[in-house]
Amino acid sequence: MSDVLLEVSDLVVYHGQLCAVDDVSFRIQEGEIFAIIGANGAGKSTLLRSIAGLHKLTRGNVSFKGRDLKGIAPHRRVELGMSLVPEGRRLFASLTLEENLQVGAAGGKKGTFTLEKIYELFDWMPARRRQYAWQFSGGEQQAIALGRGLLTNPDLLMVDELSLGLAPIVIERIYALIPEIVAHGVSVLIVEQDVSQGVAVANHVHCLLEGRTSLSGRPEELTAEQIERAYFGAGQSPVSGTHP
Amino acid sequence: MIWLNILVEGALIGGFYALFACGLSLMFGVMKVINLAHGDLAVVAAYIAVFLVPHLHVPEVLSFLVVVPVFGLIGYLVQRTLIQKSIDRDPFTTLLVTFGLSVVIENLLLEGYSANAQTVNIGSLGYNSWHPGSIFYLSYVSLVVLASSVVILGALQLFLSKTSLGRQIRAVSDDQEAAQLSGTNYRHIFGVAAAIAFATVALAGIAYGMTTQFSPTSGGVNLLFAFEAVVIGGIGSLWGTLVGGISLGIAQQLGAHFNPQYPTLFGNILFLIVLAVRPQGLFGKKTALL
Amino acid sequence: MSTNPALASITVRRSTQSPVLTFVGVIGLVAALTLAPWIFPQAFVSILVNFFVLLIMATMWNLLAGYAGMVSIGQQAFVGLGGYGVLYFAIKGVSPFLAVPLAAIVGAIIAVPITFLLIRLRGGYFAIATWVVADTAMIIIGTVSLLGGGTGKLVPGFTSLSPTQLNHYAYLETWLVALVVLVGTYLLLRSRTGLVLAAIRDNEVAARSVGIDVVRARRLIFVIAAAGCAAAGAVLTLSQTYVQPTNEFSLQWAAEMLFVSMIGGLGTIEGPILGCIIFFGLQQTLAQQGAWYLVILGSVAIIVALWQPRGLWGAVRDKFGIELLPVGHWVGSRGEPRSPELLSEE
Repeated sequence: MSDVLLEVSDLVVYHGQLCAVDDVSFRIQEGEIFAIIGANGAGKSTLLRSIAGLHKLTRGNVSFKGRDLKGIAPHRRVELGMSLVPEGRRLFASLTLEENLQVGAAGGKKGTFTLEKIYELFDWMPARRRQYAWQFSGGEQQAIALGRGLLTNPDLLMVDELSLGLAPIVIERIYALIPEIVAHGVSVLIVEQDVSQGVAVANHVHCLLEGRTSLSGRPEELTAEQIERAYFGAGQSPVSGTHP
Repeated sequence: MIWLNILVEGALIGGFYALFACGLSLMFGVMKVINLAHGDLAVVAAYIAVFLVPHLHVPEVLSFLVVVPVFGLIGYLVQRTLIQKSIDRDPFTTLLVTFGLSVVIENLLLEGYSANAQTVNIGSLGYNSWHPGSIFYLSYVSLVVLASSVVILGALQLFLSKTSLGRQIRAVSDDQEAAQLSGTNYRHIFGVAAAIAFATVALAGIAYGMTTQFSPTSGGVNLLFAFEAVVIGGIGSLWGTLVGGISLGIAQQLGAHFNPQYPTLFGNILFLIVLAVRPQGLFGKKTALL
Repeated sequence: MSTNPALASITVRRSTQSPVLTFVGVIGLVAALTLAPWIFPQAFVSILVNFFVLLIMATMWNLLAGYAGMVSIGQQAFVGLGGYGVLYFAIKGVSPFLAVPLAAIVGAIIAVPITFLLIRLRGGYFAIATWVVADTAMIIIGTVSLLGGGTGKLVPGFTSLSPTQLNHYAYLETWLVALVVLVGTYLLLRSRTGLVLAAIRDNEVAARSVGIDVVRARRLIFVIAAAGCAAAGAVLTLSQTYVQPTNEFSLQWAAEMLFVSMIGGLGTIEGPILGCIIFFGLQQTLAQQGAWYLVILGSVAIIVALWQPRGLWGAVRDKFGIELLPVGHWVGSRGEPRSPELLSEE
């Protein structure tokens, strides 16, 4: 149907002496919402950081739009169309809301997402654009971080721990934005500890357990029991599900 | 009246210290690099102004027009090569490498130009001064240097707050990784910061050469003052550096008032007190120490 | 205690090869160096004096930077205090030779309050603060007229000796102090304190989490290093017999001990020794060239720091597996013939 946007093959990543990502492979198609779920320490963040170029691979391969990303610096990957919204938001503390967004706009490429567009998407922002990061709630900060990432006009938006530290109602509101983002032509890769949200919104779910793939498939084809076992382990050997 | 004189003299020299130190503050704020060769760069600029620029048929008083941009370029190149390599290792290495550079530069100058004192020739401008109310003797050069410091610091502050590049520099200082993820080429940004640092310190060096005599080892003593100004004022704040410089200048003038051997001592004591009581400086962010 | 068979088969060794060879070699060297004034010409003996002085300083700097992680460019404060300490005691009638250990103690005592000011500081802040402290010490001493003020003073107490005797005694005491410092450092690093230091250096957070008092350990090292540098300054004064603020408190000492340690290699005892040998070799070769030797020394130090961060001794050790003065620990299984994986670095 659509092209392969991101291809991860046999990826092995060490974090010091610890093997954080152990032989992980998956593919993300254009227009997909891809969710990677797993418990704390399962290797999800390391995986995302390696894809973004912040962390060195030990073995394996990451390619984006058919192009091998080996040796390509993080900011170059952003220019190619891949943007990571990091865990913990990580807004620039000494910059205002608008300035945070402007840094995103300065990187990446030009496209549908402009400052005006982001202000449309989050209509509470314009009034508070001269305020600083610490003056915003967790949910608002997450929105700003999302906005900053979108302003690079990525083809693939990766979000690490979207719901971390946020109240349920805020999480719902943010997740409601995802389909709208995809409607603008952006594919989304979400990493989540919160299984229900991840599974609810995704076209494809990939579960990590201690760095290894424990489950992979479309949500409608997976039972809650399967997911639970894959998430927590419980002494079972890894199961790989279907892959489109 | 004596006290007013101390304040004024302190402010004048403080302005110079601030110009000298802003590059240091920038390099530390942006890339966490403490450039121990910073002072020697200023001296090199002064030497170039005296010995090399005349070959270009440019009068020494205008030498900064040539030297400053060249130093900016050199700063960018040195940062992208040598300093970046030591940053990639660890902060320890950076400290050692810049210290090594400092020693190498000083001794190269000693070999090339001997230990004799030099000065930048500015003709009659150097001899004239202003006598407001017949109380102060404010040399024109010092006033021009102070004015330039304020203008340049102001311009730098504007650059950092209003331009895209300035924003990126501030972003990189806050969170280098997050900046990378937003598409900022942090190594390029480091280069720009270094270019600004080198350019401003070159200007400061030439200004220094216009007001005082200098020799190969002048860099060391001025580096000490620059550090003190930055620490007193607070890392990461340009206006803090100005305030720090002026505070230092005043402390030193106070010391000189008591005993000709004391100016540096009083400055050192102020520095040590600030370090003990409020290590982040007057305007600095609390996390700057780590 | 556990009776786990796996644990029972683990051994802990302190070095990778037999220390007997090292021991024999060292005895011979020590003998030669003790008899130096009678074996070698005075010119060489003078070089040896300066060699030992720098070796003491570099060993101390190495302790500070390579083990406690504190980069100091202000150790010359204590070098100067050591030199002036000898002057002070000599003026008060104590024999300069006896004044050396006294000066070292004075250095240590003065270091204690300074640790309170400096010990919380990190990295560059610490470095600059040490420099300011040294500068301040220099200025203050320069105002004391009893000690000769800015122009300096001749150290009294040598008049009863002939020049040859003075040279010999100065050399012997310098050699003795260097020996004490080296042996002391070796024993310190092999002791439990040394293990504590290595733990702090490798991973401070982890060290803290097992209950190590990092601040106290750093303070201790700072005071020891101060005493050592003071001792270096003190014995230097025996040879130079004249003290002057700009000489005793010179930033050049900082440059030299730093470069020597970098070139030789941090975190080892052999590193400073090798560094000093190279330094003096360079100095002798370039003696006519004035400031060039510092240019070359600095350049070599930079090159080594960027491309061979473990220093030249580190490179030798990695390549040949030689350990002359081992201070590390290797954990391995009983019955394994070759040296197992190195767990704690030097």
